[in-house]
Amino acid sequence: MNLSNHIPILIIAIPLLAAFLVPLIGRINKKATGVLTTLALSVSLILTILLTVKILTVGPQVYVFGATSPSLTLPSGLKFPIRIMFEVDAMSIFMGLITAVVSFLGAIYSLSFIKKYNGMDKYYSLLLLLTVGMFGMEFTGDIFNFFVFLEISSIASVALISFRGVDYGEPAEAGFKYMVVSSISALMVLFAVGIFYGQYDILNLAAIAKAIKYSQLDKIALGLLIPVLAMKAGAVPMHMWTPDAYSEAPAPITMILVAASQASLYALFRIVFSLYNVTMNTLTVGWIIIIFGLLSMFIGVTMAIVQKDIKRLMAYHAVSQTGYMLLGVGVGLAVLANPIALQKYGITAMEGGVFHIMNHAMYKGLLFLTAGALFFRTGTRDLNKMGGLAHSMKYTTIFFIIGAAAIAGLPPFNGFASKLLIYESVYRFNPLLSIIAMVVSILTLASFVKVFHSAFLGPKLPQFKEVKEVPRSMVFAMAVLSCIIIFFGLFPDLIVKNIVHPAVMSLIEQLQYTGTALGGM
Amino acid sequence: MIGNLPYVAVAMFIGLGIYTLMFKKNLIKIAIGVVLIENGVNLFLITLGYRKGAIAPIYTQAPSGQAMVLPTPQALTLTSIVIGIATTALILSIAMMIYKHYGTLDTDQVRRLRG
Amino acid sequence: MKEMSRIVKTVTNFVYGFIIIFGFYIIVHGHLTPGGGFQGGAVVGSAFALLLVSYGSLNSKKFLKKDIFSLFENSGLTLFIVLGFLGLGITFFYNFLANSGGWFGDAAVIGINPGDMNTGGVIPLMNIAVGLEVLSAFGVILLTMASGAEFTKKKENS
Repeated sequence: MNLSNHIPILIIAIPLLAAFLVPLIGRINKKATGVLTTLALSVSLILTILLTVKILTVGPQVYVFGATSPSLTLPSGLKFPIRIMFEVDAMSIFMGLITAVVSFLGAIYSLSFIKKYNGMDKYYSLLLLLTVGMFGMEFTGDIFNFFVFLEISSIASVALISFRGVDYGEPAEAGFKYMVVSSISALMVLFAVGIFYGQYDILNLAAIAKAIKYSQLDKIALGLLIPVLAMKAGAVPMHMWTPDAYSEAPAPITMILVAASQASLYALFRIVFSLYNVTMNTLTVGWIIIIFGLLSMFIGVTMAIVQKDIKRLMAYHAVSQTGYMLLGVGVGLAVLANPIALQKYGITAMEGGVFHIMNHAMYKGLLFLTAGALFFRTGTRDLNKMGGLAHSMKYTTIFFIIGAAAIAGLPPFNGFASKLLIYESVYRFNPLLSIIAMVVSILTLASFVKVFHSAFLGPKLPQFKEVKEVPRSMVFAMAVLSCIIIFFGLFPDLIVKNIVHPAVMSLIEQLQYTGTALGGM
Repeated sequence: MIGNLPYVAVAMFIGLGIYTLMFKKNLIKIAIGVVLIENGVNLFLITLGYRKGAIAPIYTQAPSGQAMVLPTPQALTLTSIVIGIATTALILSIAMMIYKHYGTLDTDQVRRLRG
Repeated sequence: MKEMSRIVKTVTNFVYGFIIIFGFYIIVHGHLTPGGGFQGGAVVGSAFALLLVSYGSLNSKKFLKKDIFSLFENSGLTLFIVLGFLGLGITFFYNFLANSGGWFGDAAVIGINPGDMNTGGVIPLMNIAVGLEVLSAFGVILLTMASGAEFTKKKENS
């Protein structure tokens, strides 16, 4: 039994089994729940790294459920695959790496962050289910399976956002808003799945990509899918749930929610590039995505400057950075039909956008964890009440400086690398877009200088006299993220050439995606 | 005789659901709006599989010589109904938590998070 | 919630057992007739709702305990995933019991047939696991919402 063929499903099945065992173990010993969660997620992380190496050397992998062999997609002469399958190519495993790292660090951070809450076993079980939902969204090759995993991750994240709602009212309000928004998104995705099934009788993504003719019903499905998936990713004008949900969730959950929003962004790119590709008018759809990106960047950062609550400010910045990703990939989509422009600046723009996804997960995760550390020690999230914390929380201050410099795009950190790629290539497409992006970057730096000054600088306040540094597991999680940020900032070329470029090429070339699933037909 | 009537019903369900979500102020009515949209999408999925004059797709003791409707949309609808139950249970529980802390179910007054 | 009149309680006493048996019939025959894990579990869950409504939540807590329901729910889910892992020799969720002569292992008949319950392989076992999980989940949801309603009513009256 060659275990390396089964890695795609083991990445999902082991956290799923752990998610169901955690409440059973929680009856015996409460501390063991956190340890079991961290173990399961570390196994997933190791398997994801192994799968990355395999995909980058051998090629995309397919895993068929319940067939007589893992890669038997077309048994006995059938024309299209009938079983549910996972199709993992370079872009999927790129997002899978982000998910694995972020959820593993979130579980380690939670070991000390939620020690004083009861209901700990339900928290860890829901965290594992959220991770399973995200992995499923990124690995699957079947559109109905994508809907099921989307709903799993939405329901798990709503339950986690309202986790503190037993004692306070605001998390319940945030959870209600997010639940209504994500229900409508998922139901409209199901409607589009119904439209595809009614026309072509196939549910497999690669098979539909091969059989699609851009009829009126397909236009309706595209028109439903783009706004709805952008709504789950937090793009303006559908961003209303983002500040509430990100600020009221516990800090490690906010970090994992950022990765979950990016999984919806990945789904948007997968549908637009691998399902439709050049059958639609890519210039129009590209400009629609660019407009979403511009609005998100600008409105996100201008709303962020006036906030008093530190996590709400960072949530608006998350909206703004999502605009950068949409801008980069939108420019790449707009020139998809034009091979000269694609070679000159289209691929570089998409590399900038896709690299920004990973960078954003790292530095935004670090910033949310530092905000959580501040909340853990001082009990408040209001910037007007905090002050002078750099005297007592030295490690947190250093990590905050690293995170703030990365998000503003200062040179030796990773934000600079991806933002430079976006500025240069978008300038050749249309200079005005690049200028707006640079102005937004300056405003980002301004708002983070404001946060640093209010929270950390200044004299030591008397009500924070006993504030010490945060426990070791929280420092460990923040330190790992800082090391990744510094490493990506010093050697961006290594990452872009080896991981980002194959991911972008696997999005652009639709034939590689369909060829893997349909066996070279 | 059936013609396009199920599709008209789907449009009415989804339209009424969106109207309830946008214009009603009670939290429970908003939950009912979400359930209406979900019912509309489930009806759409089942109607896709209908073939004229066919019977239910079950082999056990079926009358012979008749066509059967497509069984795959029925599996999809079943999964969607299960997800809908989890969604409804969660929305109603969160509405109960909001009532416990705010004392009201009116969306004009449940507004502590703004800006 | 308060309990209902004597007529309602007497009818509940008669009907309660039949509903549960009917629910289990739907769960176990899922691979032959319409039904399966979720539908049968929902029917048994509605029996619990009947009990809660007619006897009142205070009395029902004496014989419906949330801890035991939670335990059954977790074991049902674990059984489902372990059945998937058992087929891992070939692929995940491989039906290793179908057409093999063991439990539920008779050869599957394609086409119109009178219905043999011994067929299906792993599918009836998964139906039973899912049915167990769904009926316990309904029990937990109903009992939690009932105790939440009691708490709010107590706060309102005080």
